[in-house]
Amino acid sequence: MNMEQKPRKFWPPLIGGIGLGIALLGMFVVTGHGLGAYGFYKRIIVWIGDDVASQWTQANAYLSTSLGKGHPLDFWISWEVLGIAFGSLVGSLVARRFRFKIERGSGISINSRLLLAIFGGMLSGFGAALARGCTSGLGLSGAATLSVAAFLFLMGFFIAGLITARITRKVW
Amino acid sequence: MEFMSETLYIAAIITFGGMFGYFLEASGLGSPKKINAQFVLKDWTVFKVMFTSIVVAAGGFLILDMLWITDSSTFAIPTTFFWAMLIGGALLGIGLNIGGYCPGTSVVGLFSGRIDGLFFMIGMMIGILLFALLFEYIEPLYHATKGAESQTLSELIGLPSWVIVISLFVMAVIGFIAGNKVERKGNGVINSNDLDND
Repeated sequence: MNMEQKPRKFWPPLIGGIGLGIALLGMFVVTGHGLGAYGFYKRIIVWIGDDVASQWTQANAYLSTSLGKGHPLDFWISWEVLGIAFGSLVGSLVARRFRFKIERGSGISINSRLLLAIFGGMLSGFGAALARGCTSGLGLSGAATLSVAAFLFLMGFFIAGLITARITRKVW
Repeated sequence: MEFMSETLYIAAIITFGGMFGYFLEASGLGSPKKINAQFVLKDWTVFKVMFTSIVVAAGGFLILDMLWITDSSTFAIPTTFFWAMLIGGALLGIGLNIGGYCPGTSVVGLFSGRIDGLFFMIGMMIGILLFALLFEYIEPLYHATKGAESQTLSELIGLPSWVIVISLFVMAVIGFIAGNKVERKGNGVINSNDLDND
């Protein structure tokens, strides 16, 4: 392999964690809330739903509470996700870690991997809707405020993750 | 002026979001393989990065509160819904190990070139749609077992915040020491060059 293409090593987790902590702190100081991701996907569903099935979306008790508040770009979380995309793109390009690929273990086909990605995503989207937030929005941001809800969520997350990983290790 | 402050506000949000993405990518958390290695306890990066950032932010709030720069009691603190959050968290943990991502890291994965991240995102939107479709049946669970409004650990246990933050710090240190030991023994830490060997 060409030396030019050699990826830079990942940062030590302590340094990465401090950086992430400062980002979290800064977000709270400026906006009063933490970092998130789930809300962005819900916004997209509400936005598309209002466009293609307006009556159903308005009648839906879960989606309707987020209706009538405009385009996804009217919400802070969309700008934040744009920032996440930009930050990871620039970071991976500069460190020569950017790779077009489908990440998977050697024992699994591309089709199976993509199907599992969709299935895992479905559980994740459903779970975040149920919990009212995801690993960053509820777990990480909530834990920074010492919220009981966040630690409860993280407990469920890690215990279920540790059990599932015993079964899914072949995927990776 | 109104426009200017709005622009600055959005710029700050993009900046902190950008740092979020940058540090996740730099720590390797855009990689499903590296994340899964945490859950088989070979590579403790997820624990270390998450716990460090929680302690840094929580410790930062303590200091800023003391200096009267912030009032962290006005921050958005989620309210507990016991079963919804425990089961929801479990579903995210299962989804992470099956699909390789969390809602946030799928963005990092996709924007560092991982096409599977896009499939995970599509799955998430299907999952949210399913949740909305089934909401009338889920609603009792969604609202059940509500806890005290915006309750914190220090309110629950009855100890001041700084005691909780110091306890978290001690837990983080223990976790780092234990993690380092396991990582060294199993030689299980995944680095960026390992991901190129497929």
